[in-house]
Amino acid sequence: MELTELTIKQCHEGLKNKKFSSRDLTLAYLENIKKKDKELHAFLTVTEDLAISQAIRADERIALSRAEGQDFPMLCGIPCAIKDNILVEGQKCTNASKILENYVASYDATCVKKLKEQGVIILGKTNLDEFAFGSSTENSAFGVTKNPHDKTRVAGGSSGGSAAAVAANMACFTLGTDTGCSIRTPASFCGIVGLKPTYGAVSRYGLTASASSLDQMGPMAKNVEDCKIVFKAISGKDKMDATSADYKLEESEVKLKGIKIGVPKEYFGKGLDPEVEKIIRNAIKKAEDQGAEIVEINLSSSEYALACYYIIQTSEASANLARFDGIRYGRSENGKDLLDVYLNSRGVGFGSETKRRIMLGTYSLSSGYYDAYYKKAQEVRGLIRQDFEKAFSPSNDGVDLIFCPVTPFPAFKIGEKMNDPLSMYLADIYTVSVNLAGLPALSLPAGKIGKLPVGLQIIGNQFQENKILSCASELEKIIDKNV
Amino acid sequence: MITKEEVERIAKLARLELTEKETEKMQKDLSDILDYFDLLKKAPKSEKASSQKPGICTRKDEVVAQSREVAEKLVAASPDKEDSYIKVKSIL
Repeated sequence: MELTELTIKQCHEGLKNKKFSSRDLTLAYLENIKKKDKELHAFLTVTEDLAISQAIRADERIALSRAEGQDFPMLCGIPCAIKDNILVEGQKCTNASKILENYVASYDATCVKKLKEQGVIILGKTNLDEFAFGSSTENSAFGVTKNPHDKTRVAGGSSGGSAAAVAANMACFTLGTDTGCSIRTPASFCGIVGLKPTYGAVSRYGLTASASSLDQMGPMAKNVEDCKIVFKAISGKDKMDATSADYKLEESEVKLKGIKIGVPKEYFGKGLDPEVEKIIRNAIKKAEDQGAEIVEINLSSSEYALACYYIIQTSEASANLARFDGIRYGRSENGKDLLDVYLNSRGVGFGSETKRRIMLGTYSLSSGYYDAYYKKAQEVRGLIRQDFEKAFSPSNDGVDLIFCPVTPFPAFKIGEKMNDPLSMYLADIYTVSVNLAGLPALSLPAGKIGKLPVGLQIIGNQFQENKILSCASELEKIIDKNV
Repeated sequence: MITKEEVERIAKLARLELTEKETEKMQKDLSDILDYFDLLKKAPKSEKASSQKPGICTRKDEVVAQSREVAEKLVAASPDKEDSYIKVKSIL
């Protein structure tokens, strides 16, 4: 087995038993990146010098722990990569945007700080749709990330670089962010495990804000156990993010036997690829075979979720992106007065999808349209949240988890949806409700259509990551993800 | 279909310079998407607007001091500066 195929746990054991050093691991990954990334383009920056110096320090720390007969942190010496909308001090953070092409981060994001404290190795920064606006990484100003399973197809987005890096063994794990689909869709398209945590479970300090009431960072990894290890490392209260929750993952084992799984009928209607449906139904059957009770549920406001999401997302994004003004950071274009500097810097610096979203958000928030769009969307958000509250309610004989597809179709061809923004948005139809309701959800590889992986989406109630991870781990052992 | 003038008005509010071609494409794209948003008109009325869970988003309004070193780096990242100040074009 190649070093780069090992999971976090296996790497940790190998480091502990002196089978290899963190430097060996790091060099193996850097070699893989050199070999594969020219074609795949998962990385925007490879931080080779940083990685090697971190590896030397990790090896020292491991040797010292060994000498003292102590254990070292699980992530010490493990090579990872970070989505390029998350700050790593001293490294570029471009957000895949021309407006931040040369921007260098002044401090570490809280989750990066936590990972560094454990002694991780940072191999580089991964590609994304500009400001995380998209489902395919085609909106990156620096070029698309290709799907390692079929290079004519997208890796999904917006955390496409993070997903492809894990799938092609160019990082042991990665961090992604999820505002509407952005961890789960690329995880599904690339055949890896991705967890979008509960809103507030992971601090967002040091993440470039896309839509603040929806954004969440999370782990992307080779298997469920690795996701859990990383989630444990990055979650918890942070005084720098007022929305972060004082939350510690409980670690009791939850078995599929005896739990109740809801299957929302709205997620299996028109538009779902029959091949995807077959794989998802098969995964549900496997859970049933293990003793889970399967019930059909209604999430009756589902049909409004996508419109609701795109109004709220674009409204919040239009406000958040006001900070890119050519004054405080990033690209600045000349102008005769201050307004001109704004107009020119933003006009040249932003790509077309970013402009489209700023325009949509500005429209929805503008006088005369606010009630019909933004206010209405907030009301509908309440309905969507109520649907889930009802579905999970113990007093209502509710379910433990919800199983459904991540996307209606597997990875699509590069370019296929680029001229029709609405058709791209429709890729998010099964994922956005989770963000609107602030719930945790995971994408688990459940099978393949030809070469193309398909993920099962497992949704839990707020702060029930343990239930999701526990059941996903059991299911992972009995599902053949290659069929 | 939203009008070209409306696109130009929104672009100005959003502080975005759009080329003629961009304006044209924006008019079409926004119209398609806004038509789709009209779906919400069908949604049942609800009194309860919802953002994230109330209660977890509040904090005391307090100033948290940033270290001088970080502050200097933040200023250094701006395109135009003088000493430890960020420079802007004159407003008045």
